[in-house]
Amino acid sequence: MPLQNHEEIFQKKVDREVRIEPRDWMPDQYRKTLIRQISQHAHSEIVGMLPEGNWITRAPSLRRKATLIAKVQDEAGHGLYLYSAAETLGITRDEMIRQLHVGKAKYSSIFNYPTPSWADMGAIGWLVDGAAIMNQVPLCRASYGPYSRAMIRICKEESFHQRQGFEILLTLSTGSDAQRQMCQDAIDRWWWPSIMMFGPNDDSSPNTAQSMKWKIKRFTNDELRQRFVDICAEQVKILGMNLPDPELKWNQERGHFDFGPINWDEFWNVVNGNGPCNKERLEARVKAHEDGAWVREAAVAYANKRKTDPRQATAPSSSHFEAGQSLLK
Amino acid sequence: MNLLKKFYYGDLPEQKASANDPSLTGEGREGAAAWPLWEIFIRSKQGLDHKHVGSLHATDAQMAMENARDVYTRRQEGVSIWVVESRHVHASNPDDAESFYDPANDKVYRHPTFYDLPDELKHM
Ligand SMILES: [Fe+2]
Ligand SMILES: [Fe+2]
Repeated sequence: MPLQNHEEIFQKKVDREVRIEPRDWMPDQYRKTLIRQISQHAHSEIVGMLPEGNWITRAPSLRRKATLIAKVQDEAGHGLYLYSAAETLGITRDEMIRQLHVGKAKYSSIFNYPTPSWADMGAIGWLVDGAAIMNQVPLCRASYGPYSRAMIRICKEESFHQRQGFEILLTLSTGSDAQRQMCQDAIDRWWWPSIMMFGPNDDSSPNTAQSMKWKIKRFTNDELRQRFVDICAEQVKILGMNLPDPELKWNQERGHFDFGPINWDEFWNVVNGNGPCNKERLEARVKAHEDGAWVREAAVAYANKRKTDPRQATAPSSSHFEAGQSLLK
Repeated sequence: MNLLKKFYYGDLPEQKASANDPSLTGEGREGAAAWPLWEIFIRSKQGLDHKHVGSLHATDAQMAMENARDVYTRRQEGVSIWVVESRHVHASNPDDAESFYDPANDKVYRHPTFYDLPDELKHM
């Protein structure tokens, strides 16, 4: 069949909301776009564990510690779901990890900011996970089946992340002056980087149109950002705190909050590797991977030994098939 | 360099699902990729079928099982797990779908709504 027809059939399926599955024909550029986006997303989940992992040992109570561990563990799972989805497109796990480690693949810039105080755990949950959820909910309907299924799973798990974050801030907001100060300071530092998470403005986001046509994307960066600002501008009132934007103001006519200009120089600077923690984050990832090499090798050696040595081969934990068979004898 | 190595998890083309394909067994490669891929199926509660939920890499069935528990049942999503090495899954080819499923296309009489019966007829 000529390529033209393939493309037409593909686009018609997408238009009719029929999901594309791994072995279906798809344009090369669709495949490449998805590999880039999904692997970048997976890397973000994994690197995203670092700023929060920083506080696990110093969480202020056992309850906070348990929930923070559970959240960070979820993020590891999210990384796995997404790596698996990307693998269905024909790239190997090893190759994706290699691209991350050599700096070829990006991850969300938000994780290149430091977490100097406990209140940052609250701000990350509320704002960073909040912005991530805003981005991720429409991705549950992405045209590529494995990606959309991974996102549905992820979104189910995310809402506790945001709630535990907000609860941390809420507790601080009713505490001592120093605690209230900590709370406001964290919001001040995370607000702008969070609204940058939606990516460049629509007029400087040339790939948006194609992604929307392919239904990988459902809303533009600016649409999602506006929705997020509107929600947070209300939520912050419950904390009795302020968002660090003097131009933030309800606009009756638009039915939205207006907000001040975003510092895109800072955004691109961090994207290009010059944020406060870029180097540290990547080094931590590479070190973890290298330090874990012997474990991975040992596991393979052990599995191979069990395969070849009959004395080592233990019966598989009796499946119901076997149980049934022994009954028939 | 060809980064797009075609191995389709959970959806293996018949001709590639041979036990010796290195792209599936991971043999001959270094690191985590040397761990074969497994498909995970979970029964969410007694009385329901196992359902495919995703995949993961593991060196053997036991590790696949434990990892599946850790990633796919953290919130009591399951009461039973099956793990199947991906290379053992044989999948139909979507390119053949039209002819493959064709025999069912013209047999509407297999559906109960095909039969024209009076409304007075009850309990049927
Ligand atoms: Fe996540
Ligand atoms: Fe999260």
